Amino acid sequence: MSNINFVDIQHLKKGEVNLGTSIMAVKFDKGVVIGADSRTTTGSYIANRVTDKLTHIHDRIYCCRSGSAADTQAVADIVHYHAQTYTAVYGENPPVNTVAALFEKLCYENKDNLSAGIIVGGWDKEKGGSVYNIPLGGGMFEQPWAIGGSGSTYVYGYCDATYREGWGEEETVNFVKNTLALAMARDGSSGGCIRMCVITEDKVERHFVPGNELPRFWEGKEVVGGHSAQPTAVSA
Amino acid sequence: MNHHPAAWGQPLTAHQQFDMYSTNPMGMSAPRSAHSHGPVQNTQWPLVTGTSVIGIKYEGGVMLAADNLASYGSLARFRDIERLHALGTHTILGVAGDMSDFQYLKKELDGLLREEETLTLTDAHPPLSPNNLYTFLANLFYARRNKINPLWNACLVGGWDFKKDESFLGYVDLLGTTYTAPTLATGFGAHIAQPLLREAYEAKAGVDLEGRPGADGRLLTAEEAEAVIDDCMKVLYYRDARSINKYQVARVTKDGVSISESKSSETEWMYAEGLRGYGGQTQ
Amino acid sequence: MSSIGTGYDLSVSTYSPDGRLFQVEYANKAVEAAGVAVGIRCSDGIVLGVERLLHSKLLVKGGNRRIQSVDEHVGLATAGLLADGKHLATRLRDEAYNFRDTYNAPATVQILSDRLSGYVQAYTCYGSVRPFGVSSLVAGVDKTGPRLFCVEPSGVFYGYRACAIGKGKALAKTELEKLIAKEADGGEAITCREAIDEIARIIYLVHDDNKDKDFELEMTWVSTETGGKHRAVPGELQAEAEAKAKAALEEGMEED
Repeated sequence: MSNINFVDIQHLKKGEVNLGTSIMAVKFDKGVVIGADSRTTTGSYIANRVTDKLTHIHDRIYCCRSGSAADTQAVADIVHYHAQTYTAVYGENPPVNTVAALFEKLCYENKDNLSAGIIVGGWDKEKGGSVYNIPLGGGMFEQPWAIGGSGSTYVYGYCDATYREGWGEEETVNFVKNTLALAMARDGSSGGCIRMCVITEDKVERHFVPGNELPRFWEGKEVVGGHSAQPTAVSA
Repeated sequence: MNHHPAAWGQPLTAHQQFDMYSTNPMGMSAPRSAHSHGPVQNTQWPLVTGTSVIGIKYEGGVMLAADNLASYGSLARFRDIERLHALGTHTILGVAGDMSDFQYLKKELDGLLREEETLTLTDAHPPLSPNNLYTFLANLFYARRNKINPLWNACLVGGWDFKKDESFLGYVDLLGTTYTAPTLATGFGAHIAQPLLREAYEAKAGVDLEGRPGADGRLLTAEEAEAVIDDCMKVLYYRDARSINKYQVARVTKDGVSISESKSSETEWMYAEGLRGYGGQTQ
Repeated sequence: MSSIGTGYDLSVSTYSPDGRLFQVEYANKAVEAAGVAVGIRCSDGIVLGVERLLHSKLLVKGGNRRIQSVDEHVGLATAGLLADGKHLATRLRDEAYNFRDTYNAPATVQILSDRLSGYVQAYTCYGSVRPFGVSSLVAGVDKTGPRLFCVEPSGVFYGYRACAIGKGKALAKTELEKLIAKEADGGEAITCREAIDEIARIIYLVHDDNKDKDFELEMTWVSTETGGKHRAVPGELQAEAEAKAKAALEEGMEED
């Protein structure tokens, strides 16, 4: 570009901090469990290894963010503002559906300028727990469970094979923990710790699984050190 | 227009200025940012997509079918999506292409129909016909593509036309292309299902001297039509890599719209059990 | 109205020395001149009825309706200047549409009434405008159940179990008070079907044959029977109710 005032946004976007991510939300009888890994990368450098990708939107509504950190934070901040306003004006908590619709509206109407894949999970008095998936183009899909981010593509099969309707809290938490551990193990852009939130009518409860206590699955054969190099004499 | 007294004398927002007196396309120019350089880019590409929709007219109605998949590239991401949407009592919309745009369309059309409904009490007028809704969609699609910001879809509109006392079937896509025919299909279906649909339709209705179908005026029965539809959905499942074996069939007749539960085709694979290698290999 | 003619009634942006806005009070006069409108909140929905006065025998029967739909689940009955009522309905439809667009959910009747009251109130603040000459009954069924509100020309709005506006509202209200007595004591409200009969009876009772022009009864409802949608009361139901109302009226006259 000859114009010296021109700023190549696309070039800047490429250098952006990305939540190459594994995120998840699952509905159960009393509410929802949401979870995420904690890795944030710029290219292959881990900019933050203890990120919190579970973002508070309202008392009983959280979202999991994937895509551009800047975009998703901006969108989440705006929706948080609208959710607070809703309570102030209408005197009650916004339903999860309404909050998801606010996310959808922003993501759909600005799809050309955003890279945001968001999962909204929460509890409301109308529907109990509910999960909404808002993928890249800004559609809105209600699901009993949702996974997202780069790591999710490795674990669709695991989720399809494992998920059952009618689980309680403990089974749901384990499902989220195992799924995320599997995704993190295969996706280079995901990793670190697992953060989870159990959202019910009564409370929002945080769970934390440190990076050295993740559930472990098959990790390849044990490598036996049979070929250790013989020390060679080095002449002074 | 905002009639609130507080708004009087205030400059209009960009949104309010847009075609306040419905003069489009006269005197309109694309809104541009003062700071932008080069062309404004706002054409996207479809992300979450649905594949073919197929449709056929039959005796006393019209039938549409679409599977329940919304793909994300090659990932079969959402497998319980409904792509057939009823518009009022006698129109059905089947949508292929970008699913976020489809959801936008649904909201837009449902809003329009709700407005019509609220007006019927005080302002008696006939409900929007399939033809009206089809024309509305065609105008919407064409206007959007002229803004170089298309809705990334191909749609079929089916319905019952009370004026002509016959069924309606039309196609409209992201370019604003429109056509109507007794059998229609979008995308992959236009290659795979359309020949099968035509064959079945013309076998019964015949072809006139100009090659137009329907010379004999005999149409397939509902059962026959559904059999062809089922057959097409099976072949599409065999040959379209963005399809799943789970689909719904919608019918519109004089009596209204009905959309079936999702169902699956019986598929045949056993003939391949004895198949060995390729070329000359026999074991 | 002791201060009439003292110059404080020329603009709605000027108070009288004793703190009144005469233009708003005059707007209320416009309401009081109109045929009565009645709304009842029932156990299974809401019913609205208006006495549509016919100023000419040349009018088309059943036309020029005064109860309008705002959203699929909300109706609006106005008393006062008909054209003002139309404008408010248009405004309220916009509000209902915008709410759905923003929040992906239908607006509750309370929210719509609140929005309407804000709009109406704004027309009591500026010297360049006149207040709306209508009171509105906003009624519907939403996620919180059946709801009925009345918005007055001043912009105030209240929620009601039953409400009447327009000419003869005082008499209508005493009748309504009897109706809701059971509910007020903690019992069940009456049903929509009962309310249809009652509203017909009350409107026929309130209508003054000697002084008033002819009228047509107009009724709509939102109930479980309409699937939560705002609809005109079916012809046969209304005819039945009107027949009962006329009979009751004649009975009452004989007693007199």
